[in-house]
Parts: sequence; C-alpha cells; structure tokens
Amino acid sequence: MKPTTMESAEKQYTTLNLGPTHPATHGIFQNVLTMDGEQIIDAEQTIGYIHRAFEKIAEHRPYYQITPLTDRLNYCSSPINNIGWHMTVEKLLGITTTGRVDYLRIILMELARITDHLVCNSVVGVDSGALTGFIYVFQERERIYEIYEEVSGARLTTNMGRIGGFERDLSMTAVKRIREFLDHIPKVLHEFEKLLMRNRIFMDRTIGVGPISAERALNYGFTGPNLRAAGVDYDVRVMTPYSSYGDFEFAIPVGTQGDTYDRFCVRQQEIWESLKLVRNALENLPAGSFHVDVPGYFLPPKQEVYSKMEALIWHFKIVMGEIGAPVGEVYHSVEGGNGELGFYLVSDGGRTPFRLHFRRPSFIYYQAYPEMIRGGVLSDAILTMSSMNVIAGELDA
Amino acid sequence: MYKMENALVIDKLYKAFGQDILKMDTGSDILSVTVAQPVIHEVIRFLKEEPEMGFMMLTDLCGIHYPDRGLPLGVIYHLHHLSENFRIRIKTFVTTADPAVPTVSDLFSSANWMERETYDFYGILFTGHPNLKRILNVEYMDFFPLRKEYPLEDPTREDKDDRYFGR
Amino acid sequence: MDTNIKTYSKAEAPDGYTAPGIFATSLDKVIGLARKNSIWPLPFATSCCGIEFMATMGAHYDLGRFGAERLSFSPRQADLLMVMGTIAKKMAPVIQQVYIQMAEPRWVLAVGACASSGGIFDTYSVLQGIDRVVPVDVYVPGCPPRPEQIIDGFMKIQELVGNESIRRRYSDEYKALLSGYGILV
Repeated sequence: MKPTTMESAEKQYTTLNLGPTHPATHGIFQNVLTMDGEQIIDAEQTIGYIHRAFEKIAEHRPYYQITPLTDRLNYCSSPINNIGWHMTVEKLLGITTTGRVDYLRIILMELARITDHLVCNSVVGVDSGALTGFIYVFQERERIYEIYEEVSGARLTTNMGRIGGFERDLSMTAVKRIREFLDHIPKVLHEFEKLLMRNRIFMDRTIGVGPISAERALNYGFTGPNLRAAGVDYDVRVMTPYSSYGDFEFAIPVGTQGDTYDRFCVRQQEIWESLKLVRNALENLPAGSFHVDVPGYFLPPKQEVYSKMEALIWHFKIVMGEIGAPVGEVYHSVEGGNGELGFYLVSDGGRTPFRLHFRRPSFIYYQAYPEMIRGGVLSDAILTMSSMNVIAGELDA
Repeated sequence: MYKMENALVIDKLYKAFGQDILKMDTGSDILSVTVAQPVIHEVIRFLKEEPEMGFMMLTDLCGIHYPDRGLPLGVIYHLHHLSENFRIRIKTFVTTADPAVPTVSDLFSSANWMERETYDFYGILFTGHPNLKRILNVEYMDFFPLRKEYPLEDPTREDKDDRYFGR
Repeated sequence: MDTNIKTYSKAEAPDGYTAPGIFATSLDKVIGLARKNSIWPLPFATSCCGIEFMATMGAHYDLGRFGAERLSFSPRQADLLMVMGTIAKKMAPVIQQVYIQMAEPRWVLAVGACASSGGIFDTYSVLQGIDRVVPVDVYVPGCPPRPEQIIDGFMKIQELVGNESIRRRYSDEYKALLSGYGILV
C-alpha cells in the first residue's frame, strides 16, 4: 500500500484546559495549554476570576478604611501591604515616623515575608509530591499568626498599624512570642531544608525548570525573589531604604539561572535573612512613641476623647471621614513577598483618594509564564507556576 | 554615587522633544513629565534606549480619568533606572472621543497586560497592541467601570436597599 | 493532676434495638452515620479564606479528624463543595458547572463573608453571595473565619448529613429547589 498522504503526517496538537479550578493553580486563573503530547507548545491565560475592583472601591473609602482593602491583596503577607499603604499616605502628608515605629514595622513586615515564603516553598514541595514539608511549615505559621493576633487582633487579614504608626505598643506577650518563635524556627527550617533542598528527586524536578534570563525578566518587569533568582539583585529595601532598613545589614540572595530551584533557594535564604532582621530589630528597638502625632489621621486615645473637646472633635472627624488630604500625587513602593508592591496615590483634597493604583507584582510577572513553560512538559509547568508564587488576590485586585 | 538627576533628564528631554513636552513637574516626589499623545512612544523609547538614559524597567502603567478637563483620559507610566536609582513619571492625556495611545508593549513586555488592564478600566485604545481585550472584567461588559461616571455598586442588584446603606 | 477527667463520646449511636451481637436501626440513620464521618470535601478556595482553610487542614486544627482527610479536586468524587473566598461574576458560571458535575448527594458550605453575601466587596464585579447560583446548606461568616469557625460549619454540615432522609434527593421539593437555580436535574 502507498504511504499515507501529507494530512495524516501533520502534527495535531492537543488543547488542555488547566483551571480555573485546579489543585495546582493556587488561586483561580486559567491556562489553556496547546500541547504536543506531554510537551507544551503554547499557553493562553485568562485571569480576572477574582476581580474585586479594589481600585474603584478605594475611590469611595476614606484613607484609613483602605487598609483592610490592602490586606486582601497579597493575603499571605498582609502586614506588608498594610504598612506599605500607611507609608504611602505618610509620604503624601509629609510625615516622618519615629525610630520605634520604623523598627516595629520592620519586625512585622519581615515576619510577614517569612509567612509568604513559607507558603510558597512548602507549596512547591506539595506540587512535587512532598506533603510533609507543608505540614511542618504550617505549624510555624500558626506561631506567627499568634504574634499577629497579639499585635493587631487578627490572624490573616491583619489591618495592622495606623497612619503614623501603631495603635498600641508591642506588648510583653508579643515580645515573648516573637522571641520564642525566633528560638524555635531554625530547627524546623533546617528540617524542611533537609527534606527538600538536597533531595535528589526534588532537585531533578526543579533544576532547569521554567528558566528565565535576567534580560527577559527585566523586560517583563519582574521584581522580588523571581528577579533575584534570575540574577539581578534589585531589592526595594536596599535601593530606596524605607522605614529605617538602612540601619540594618542583610544580604540579598541571588540565583543564577532563574529556574524553579533558584527561586526556591532564594526564598529559603531570604527567610534566614528575615529572621536575622527581626532579631536585630527586636534587640535594638529604640525607646520612644509607637506613633507619630498626626491629629487628622491618628485616633486620639480614648481617655482624651471622653474628657477633652478637641480630641472628641478629631475622633468624630476621623471616623466620619471628614478629613481631607493635601492635593498631590505620590508613588511609594515596598518590597513585598513577591516583589515591588507599589501604591500610586493621586489626591484631589477630598476625603477619599482621587485615584489609587496598586502596582501588583504578581500581575506583572505572571505575563511571562507562557514564555517560561514553552518547551517543557506539563509537570514542569505546574512546578513553575507554584514557584512563581502567584497570589490570586494580588493578580486580579 | 548616582549621577542621574532631575536637571540632566529635563535637559535631555527638552532637547529631544521641545514643544511636545507639555509640563515638567518637579514638585511631587519624583520628576513628572506630561507629554503630548503623538510622541509618547518616542519618549518612552528615548528613555529606554538612548545611551545616556537607559531606564530599563517599566515599573507601572495605569490610567486615570479627570472628568472636568479638556483631555480627561490619561495614561501614566512609571519608569525606573535601576543602576542610577532614578524614577520618572510620564503622563499623557487624550480625549474620550478618540482615546488612542500608541502601545509600548514592543519596548517593554510588561506593558502588555498593564495596557489591557487600562483598556478594561478606562477604554483607552492602545494602537498596535497584539491582544487588546478585557483582562479582569467579563468579556461581555459594555462599559468602562473606572470612569468617574459609573457607580461602584452593581446598579442591577435588587437585594440591597440603598436607604439603609447610606447612598 | 487534673481529677476531673472528661469523657468524650466519639460517635453517638442512633436509637435502635440492641441485642447481643445485633444492633437494629433504620437504614437512614446508619447511612447518615457512615456518610457524615467520611465527607470528602472539594476545596474551592479562591482567596484569603483559602489560606485559612489550608491552616484548618494543617496539623494544628486538623480537619482530617472529622473524616475529611481526603480532599478531592474532582467534583465527581466529592461530597461537599466548600466555597472559600470571593466569587466574582466571571467565576459564577464555573462554580455552577462544578456543582452540576458533583454527584448526588452533595452539600455546599459557603465559607467566609464573600461567599455568603459578597462580603466587603459590594462592587460591580463581585457576586453577592454564592446562593445566587448554587443552593447552599451552611454559611460560615467571618473575614476570614477562624479555623475553629470553619470546623464548626463543617460539624453543622455533618449534622445535616447525618439527619438527612435518603429519599430527599428524589423528592419534588429538591427538584424544585434545583430548578429554581436553573439547574436541570
């Protein structure tokens, strides 16, 4: 028989729908993969499945009411979002905070960074089949949640701090819990690393998987651990030190290939650096006030509200949102768990922002995902996605 | 140790673009430049590729709507020169009737989704964009929600009585 | 040492006739008892409540104690749809499709304020409660609810499961409920 014609010799690609509900997509976003057998040719992404219109809501809320909104951006590390927002408003108002406020902020932001990286790294383990690390690590997150509860009252969406500082000083229980946490976690982190970091199976599954070069990463606007894994040592805490980060010595871990293993190791090393920062900040906590005097934005103490007229009026005006901000625009960014979290605030003098735009790192670097998985296999695509740490709340806002 | 500063950048921009620089604002936190819509792509390309400039990161791209201005819809770019630690804000404004702005996604791949988001929220059409469709909202939405004339809440919902919600 | 030692019963035996080696009760109750202690949830985690769910599944709060150790991401193999997080209007058809794909008997637990009623997001893009698209059995309020609250909601589901009549899914009332949501049986 004659050999079959050209039509049957043509390759046929399969289309595979990954998401939006899928155990591997941590958060809801959809990828329609075009595959040649197990190999990925292309990916088409759809996001917006959890679009909650944060930017529109922010135009209708007074400044202090936007803090709970920022919680829900990168909900794995809420204090960073809260404190970043407060710093943006303080920049607009032209306030400088005291040393104590800055150091307290550093402690809480670094603890939040640790929780974020713990989630990401343990989830990379889960996606490659290793569930144990996840269970070990989530126990440590419970300890951090207890610290958050002592400071702000909530576990996850913390609404931490106020414009100008904090609502109360760090209590003795909080300090004790932080010290206990710092003493306890190195052992657990070492155990977690022993499970995964030099594990032959894990290394085979993650080295060379989902790589991105430094030039492409910069072009795609990568920031944070994903960019540092590609080799660029850009960290907002070092480039534009905010909140007294300039007083501290800490290393920025940098990778070489920008693959999944580098991202994992960079995040792991950042956890160690954050622990050092928390310890240093706690040891050297300056004395002073836990908040700056900002009468229009910081609620006066309750004793004064019930006894002094002025304080009562300020309290009323703040709670009813009758305070207008100065006209102007600022852009402030902090180093979030995923990279540069920026707040672009335009104020027209009213009680609510005229425009508030969140520069969300997950949204920006997730665009590079098809490029990173092209040519790899499906299991690699899963690991790449979880190692990039795309948080759906931050992706869609 | 950082050599780049406002005066240098302002000088170079005026030399290259002259009349098309509509406003130069050094009053806010970073240098903010308003340029005319026809040259915006050239300005961004100049800032990225010119030897003495070299802004290699597009930090942010967003839209804005000033309803009571002659040119109400705006696009705002934040660029960052990493080695000189210098940030700059470029703004351009267009009318609602013809909201066309050239895309910069050929210069910066990160602009791709950011422009789609700006289109989704404000209806600004980015000419030359490879895939300009809605990204965050549902595809069948027929209005641009972040424009000031639209309310925050869904106007078709029937379960919430506005009298009790203070509206 | 604590001398007040409390005894906890593991599972209440239903009413029935006991004899040596024999326990007779109605089929409903036996099936209810078996079902309620081995509910396989489908964690439909969309946002912040999903992280609290991960904490609930962790070792500290351990939802596995209640029989929910085996999470199923396939709707066909799941009993309980736990919707945790905000559902946007873009996501509503997806959640309805997942619900339709689940095999009977199925229950729905709305975890968090967003799933119950839209939460703090009263906007043009957020569905104001998943009960606009699927019938919900138990609502757990909170933003996010503590793991103890999620477990409490789960225990209420267990109560519903244990006491449900095995003919309920074939009844006209149930069919009318589903057709009210546009879900054809």
